[in-house]
Amino acid sequence: MSYVKPLFHHPSLKKNKVGYVKADYEGVISTLCAGCGHDSISGAIVQACYEISLEPHRLAKLSGIGCSSKTPTYFLSNSHGFNSVHGRMPSITTGANMANKELIYLGVSGDGDTASIGMGQFVHAIRRNLNMVYIVMNNGCYGLTKGQDSATADFGSISKAGSDNPYQGIDLAGLALELNATFVGRSFSGDKSQLVPMIKAAMAHPGFAFLDVISPCVTFNNNKGSTKSYSHVRAHIEETSIFDFVPHQEALTVEYDKGTSKELELFDGSKIQLSKLAPEWDPTDRFSAVNRLHEAKANGQILTGLYYINTESEDLHGKLGTVDQPLNKLQQEALCPGSEKLEEINASFR
Amino acid sequence: MKPTNIQNPEYFHKVVDCQYACPAHTPVPEYIRLIAAERYTDAYMINWESNVFPGVLGRTCDRPCEPACRRGRVEEEPVAICRLKRVAADNKGEVKHLMPQGPFPSNGKKVALIGGGPASLTVARDLAPLGYEIHLYDEWAKGGGMMRTQIPAFRLPESVLDEEVNYVLDMGVHTHFNTFVDSMKEILDKDYDAVFVGTGAPSGRALKIPGYEEGKENIQIGIEFLANVAFEHTDKIGKKVIVLGGGNTAMDCCRTSKRLGADDVHVIVRSPRKDMKASPWEIEDAEREDIIIKNNMPPKEFVIEDGKLKGVLFGNVRAEYDENGKRSLIPTGEPDVFIEATDVIIAIGQDNAFPWIERDLGIEFGKWDLPVVDRTSFQSSLDKVFFGGDAAFGPENVITAVAHGHQAAISIDLFCKGKNVMDRLPPMTNLVSQKMGIHEWTYDNGIAHDLRYQVPHEDKAISLKDRKIEVELGFDHIAGFKEAQRCLNCDVQTVFSHSLCIECDACVDVCPTDCISFVVNGEEEDLRTRLNAPAENLSQDLYVSEPLPTARVMIKDEDVCLHCGLCSERCPTAAWDMQKYLYNTTKTYTHEGAGVVG
Repeated sequence: MSYVKPLFHHPSLKKNKVGYVKADYEGVISTLCAGCGHDSISGAIVQACYEISLEPHRLAKLSGIGCSSKTPTYFLSNSHGFNSVHGRMPSITTGANMANKELIYLGVSGDGDTASIGMGQFVHAIRRNLNMVYIVMNNGCYGLTKGQDSATADFGSISKAGSDNPYQGIDLAGLALELNATFVGRSFSGDKSQLVPMIKAAMAHPGFAFLDVISPCVTFNNNKGSTKSYSHVRAHIEETSIFDFVPHQEALTVEYDKGTSKELELFDGSKIQLSKLAPEWDPTDRFSAVNRLHEAKANGQILTGLYYINTESEDLHGKLGTVDQPLNKLQQEALCPGSEKLEEINASFR
Repeated sequence: MKPTNIQNPEYFHKVVDCQYACPAHTPVPEYIRLIAAERYTDAYMINWESNVFPGVLGRTCDRPCEPACRRGRVEEEPVAICRLKRVAADNKGEVKHLMPQGPFPSNGKKVALIGGGPASLTVARDLAPLGYEIHLYDEWAKGGGMMRTQIPAFRLPESVLDEEVNYVLDMGVHTHFNTFVDSMKEILDKDYDAVFVGTGAPSGRALKIPGYEEGKENIQIGIEFLANVAFEHTDKIGKKVIVLGGGNTAMDCCRTSKRLGADDVHVIVRSPRKDMKASPWEIEDAEREDIIIKNNMPPKEFVIEDGKLKGVLFGNVRAEYDENGKRSLIPTGEPDVFIEATDVIIAIGQDNAFPWIERDLGIEFGKWDLPVVDRTSFQSSLDKVFFGGDAAFGPENVITAVAHGHQAAISIDLFCKGKNVMDRLPPMTNLVSQKMGIHEWTYDNGIAHDLRYQVPHEDKAISLKDRKIEVELGFDHIAGFKEAQRCLNCDVQTVFSHSLCIECDACVDVCPTDCISFVVNGEEEDLRTRLNAPAENLSQDLYVSEPLPTARVMIKDEDVCLHCGLCSERCPTAAWDMQKYLYNTTKTYTHEGAGVVG
């Protein structure tokens, strides 16, 4: 059993714009089960951060409890991190975000951590449009306690023990749409070509960006009859579109056919390019996204890709009109302007 | 690309870079692991079976394995393979009982070996156990050939050489020492069933520039000088010595001169330093002994005063290369340089010479007066005569001579049995999983990050006094272990079973050197640019799987794989497995207990 990763890397690894190679974004070796989908999502996060030339100290990774919430140890060792209480990641993130708006907040949660114990926190973070990326590593079971069905397990999905799930599963992406989240998408741990650009776009989005990533539990939920196994997902996957993210000031490399493609400009000038989209779906129209999702479900398909984006998103800081500077950078005179200023304010209320 | 055929014995062989580069294909990682386990005797026997002279080669090998070592591609320097071999030789226990035990029942066939060097001795070792009566002829008083006459004792102690030569001679070889064979016809007239010629390249080139005839008394040919020193016909030299030439012989000559009493030794090379043929470590060792090496100076004249050699006059040149890399040395116009010398040693190359082979025997000679020899069978145009070592295709090195010897022995055996000499057996290969349990391997798969360890040297003040004092002291047990741990175990192969793969990407994510990619198939040239890390080293193969359920293929670039086994450890379905590949070239015999370990 290997406990440490070798320090050697490919000699011709390219450095990104800020001078780091991909390995600089990695974490320690994973202790999750071999083949866990979560490790692939970690890999996609590493890849995305490397590609957008993020300086690691510009990001804070936060998580709750569960297999999923262990993963921040396995990526971005040089970033800030907070492993919080079960289901309480959104409130910790809210506090951190309010105190320092300059960081990118990456919340990592699981289906138990979000859809059960943390449901209350989750929906309120959406409601406030907190500026963060919220990734659910969704495997439909409680892997850490030997694979009981979770709240996102689909109705009728067969567990490893052989019983089928009698309850309706919660569709977290559908719920996020319903709550008017400003960026909603679903992806699959086994499809990095889609997941990596979606993470990049989610990080560029100013507001609550929700990614429900189906991530097979290779130990407890990869059996025949499970709707979250590698083979079932691969067989039933349906993409909303081919998704590409083009960072600010970079040229588009692929020209798509005008009739079936769409280009969306984000707040920071970066672009999302969508091609081969379904005719009746418009990613900026929430109703069409809801319809598209229901339609796919009715056909027994697992719809992945971007569902909906509000390009006019205003995050919580905007709503509250907070100061631009992070709290830890505010000086004494700004925080406590003195008794003369107090007199002045009091006088204005007379 | 087509799926890789791992049934082809050469595919995984090529992944073991060191073994592949070795002319004798010694299973390097196999014996390095045994050294780490302090099983020196077993490590020695693996070597002995493959290269016959582990103690000699552990000190003097040209080490084609080291530039090939994968470690050199992920870190600064390769594993010190050669010096590890010496660790096995220095620390081994009793080995003779592990070797074939004579007397061997006769098979009624007689073979003559002309020349007592590494090629002939290898043939003797491979044939004697099969019952051949071996007659070995050599002009010198002892066996070993150029290993004895041209490698100075401060690099190779006589006792080490004697031991390994005697292991072969003790198999009942009939030796005819002090016998210079001056007629092939006479040999052929004796009733030998086959004759093997392993006479090396015994003719050192002279340099007949002005002053040579007059100064002759103090001008020597390098290989003759070294042989005379080895047999103690020469035991002193003048105070100021110039060695001409930039190869390993030049390095041995200059260092030997220092030990025979010269104070001021120059090596003058006509070409630039980077074109010198000497191994970098030999140059380093010479300079450590205060020998001055000067480049870009072709000799023009031996300067004679009062009928005696006074020194050498050199011109100045610079090297220019045309677009084909062909070099020409252009005079710079600077004034000639005179360097004083009491003695000059010429070490500018050596040639094969066969004045003793009559040209009417049916042995055909071709270009450069070299015999026409088949590259596979080592048979000459006279079917009972075989050539090997430097005598076959010109000067090479000891390990190449050994490789030739093994192949020639196979041919001689086939020939004597009346079989076709081209009817050769494929190599012996074995591919076995190294899994002992979940994430447990038979080999130490943790990657040691240590840099190459330096071999300690004897104090210069001591070693320069006596030419028989060995300069290199060899690794001790601890350094030997640490250096052995630097080996990446490239013989433990990453074997992929496409039918088990669920394409979870775990191997891709964990691979520290980004070797593994799952992509849509294409042409090799295109694929090499599309992988997770560019596969720019074209000498290294891509391992391509059968198509997977998503219509992609797994492609692994073998180039910088650390063989750390993480892909296998992170694979949920054991689609990856670490399997040890043992490749042994087939020899005339494989003695029980020799070479097959673990």
